[in-house]
Amino acid sequence: MAVRKNQATLSATEKRNFVNALLELKRTGVYDGFVRTHNEFIMSDTDNGDRVGHRSPSFLPWHRRFLIQFEQELQKIDASVTLPYWDWTVDRTANSSIWGADFLGGNGRSRDSQVTTGPFAYSTGKWNINVSVDNRPFLQRELGAGSAQLPTRAQVDAVLAMTTYDMAPWNSASDGFRNNLEGWRGQGRVHNSVHVWIGGQMATGVSPNDPAFWLHHCFIDKLWADWQRMHPTSPYLPAGGTANVVDLNDTMRPWNNVTPADMLDHTKFYTYDR
Amino acid sequence: MSSNVTRRLVLRGTAVAVAGAALVTPTAMAAARTATAGMTGHGGHDGHGGHGAPAAFDEVYQGRRIVGKPATGEHAAHGGFSASIDGKELHLMQNADGTWISVVNHYETFATPLAVTRAAVDKLRGAVLVPIAT
Ligand SMILES: [Cu+2]
Repeated sequence: MAVRKNQATLSATEKRNFVNALLELKRTGVYDGFVRTHNEFIMSDTDNGDRVGHRSPSFLPWHRRFLIQFEQELQKIDASVTLPYWDWTVDRTANSSIWGADFLGGNGRSRDSQVTTGPFAYSTGKWNINVSVDNRPFLQRELGAGSAQLPTRAQVDAVLAMTTYDMAPWNSASDGFRNNLEGWRGQGRVHNSVHVWIGGQMATGVSPNDPAFWLHHCFIDKLWADWQRMHPTSPYLPAGGTANVVDLNDTMRPWNNVTPADMLDHTKFYTYDR
Repeated sequence: MSSNVTRRLVLRGTAVAVAGAALVTPTAMAAARTATAGMTGHGGHDGHGGHGAPAAFDEVYQGRRIVGKPATGEHAAHGGFSASIDGKELHLMQNADGTWISVVNHYETFATPLAVTRAAVDKLRGAVLVPIAT
């Protein structure tokens, strides 16, 4: 069984294997396909219309399935690789090891936010931004430069304490665990503010261009698993018959063969190191 | 004197940002963005988030021409408003609480289409919007 680990505990070899698998998916174009798919859902998920990947109950099972598919692609390159997670409640500065030249590379430079260190720097020729909202071909980051702060452990704990998974109107205005974790409302704006804190492509609709996307969403996925363990009697909602959103046993686009119910038990696919 | 007045009229409240453009720091830009994103402190011409149609705009911000206007058809589903930067479409979406996001600032909400469009200009740093390859 694959074990997903905290990125701060990875060995030099584990970091290198993960990075090399990313570079290979990028080279073959597989990586950019994931960026494209994510953006298609970003553009089409609306609060009053059909919504699957974001601002809706299936935010968590959709991204779980998306990450599993991506992890499977990594494992075709190197069977030893699993997605690491980034606990930004602990590793929360621009100097944290996650931004080292041996892993994700560092902050963008001040002139144009271009990432110039590490394996995803434009100068390597191996990480051109092809699926983009503008004409800049390089990865950008502005760590902590905007107004957003990384969520604190206390803010995360307050969200984990919520007993109801989601509630009407099942969108970005909902109260409950899902939307407070996704961060359209609530203290810390948890998931959203991490995108904003990193800046660059991570703050845009083409956020998976930054490999940090996977480590961030892996931690969001872990927080969902933690919440399930804390609230074993709190089900996924809605259970059925809800317009425009994915009920427990509805299938999710783009796969059309997987339901939230299929995604509830992550231990069928992988476990977390703690 | 009169040219100053004219300029201010044309720029409609962006005088501070434009005057400081040459020496603005990222921190100052972030502060300006936060102020712009807030519901308070604005003269009402762009303070309609959440009720009624947002005001159209056509101005130069940080050297970029930004235009926003009520839209129909495809855009109506996303809040009924379309925006552009130097003639290139900026995809906007309105949230259930009346706030706005764009494809450039997707995970941060802004009070008005004008505020989210200005924020996109800040993030673009002179880059040109392109339709996303699909
Ligand atoms: Cu995300």
